[in-house]
Amino acid sequence: MATPVLEKTEPAGSASAASPYITVTFRIRRFNPEVSAEATWQDFQIEIDPKERVLDGLHKIKWDLDGSLTFRRSCAHGICGSDAMRINGKNRLACKTLIKDINPEKPITIEPIKGLTVLKDLVVDMEPFFQAYRDVMPFLITKDTNEPTRERLQSPEDRERFDDTTKCILCAACTTSCPVFWNDGQYFGPAAIVNAHRFIFDSRDDAAEQRLEILNDKDGVWRCRTTFNCTDACPRGIEVTKAIAEVKRALITRRL
Amino acid sequence: MSTTETTASGIGPVEGGSVHTVDNPAPYIEAPRKRTGRTPRSTRGNFEMYGWLFMRLSGIVLVVLVIGHLLIQLVLDGGVSKIGFAFVAGRWASPWWQVWDLAMLWLAMLHGCNGLRTVINDYAERANTRLWLKALLYTATVFTILLGTLVIFTFDPNIR
Repeated sequence: MATPVLEKTEPAGSASAASPYITVTFRIRRFNPEVSAEATWQDFQIEIDPKERVLDGLHKIKWDLDGSLTFRRSCAHGICGSDAMRINGKNRLACKTLIKDINPEKPITIEPIKGLTVLKDLVVDMEPFFQAYRDVMPFLITKDTNEPTRERLQSPEDRERFDDTTKCILCAACTTSCPVFWNDGQYFGPAAIVNAHRFIFDSRDDAAEQRLEILNDKDGVWRCRTTFNCTDACPRGIEVTKAIAEVKRALITRRL
Repeated sequence: MSTTETTASGIGPVEGGSVHTVDNPAPYIEAPRKRTGRTPRSTRGNFEMYGWLFMRLSGIVLVVLVIGHLLIQLVLDGGVSKIGFAFVAGRWASPWWQVWDLAMLWLAMLHGCNGLRTVINDYAERANTRLWLKALLYTATVFTILLGTLVIFTFDPNIR
């Protein structure tokens, strides 16, 4: 027995009989403007494998218990950014959060992301978020020629400069975790600044000055209070606060 | 088609359906963050950047000024019991301490004022609340700075 092997201590019969399922309470913030102006908490008891994700639990509820439960999800694999929600008080993607990681002993609270108008249950109006995104002109702008006559080459070092901020999936987890955005929503928010950063530091782009001017606004980068909520919330692990600080530094070094 | 009721929109009756109809529509939710005519215009100029820089720079200077001030006033030379009219008069006889106190007054007041301005911007929700809180803040700041400056420059140690 020199070779380390995974030994089954239990007989095969009882192992297959032991169910991996546990009972978990999902406490979901329900809101339906056609029924009541008030949002309420509703508890659902479901049997679920703790290795499954919160999104699987929501599916179980929607498909088997209450079809009126409304939430967004598209790819269900952490790429599309549709299912950002506030799970146990923290913004996360339901499709990347495993039940076992968020203490299934207690009820799991699920709320819509904060700071945007709730339309129904976990669905919010993302328009102000995308308005801020559009305002920073998140597309390549070139000075001399707009015609794509040849490849725009870039060295690996130049590409590395903004690599972190290319990972953004626009799920709004960062912006809706930001206390400054919660107040009046006029602040551009971390996500818009991250996507501006992606082009400001791109060597192929020529409109960095215009984007910096936009973010120099009263509601631009200077409203950031460096609370790091955005960095904690980002499901892609983008160093959001660092990106905002780099935009601030670029503004200061260019203006002074 | 004959047995199923259809409404004007072509949608049949929904089980447990809405209490709202065409005549009794669901309440319209105004998006509170929509860009409307009342949304503040975007600003040009570097005021916010200078404000941000001022907070950092004045903070560094204030650490030195305030800790020095507290040491002199409260710790060194017998501590707080030595402070009296004569002690203040003696210190303000020197231009060095006049400049020290003047710098501390202006930097601390402007630093605090700008800090509270951002707090008001972050927490006051209505434009009117903001306006009045800021008016109060600026009035108090200007008054305190002017009064303090006046006292430092016109201080008379021989006053009776």
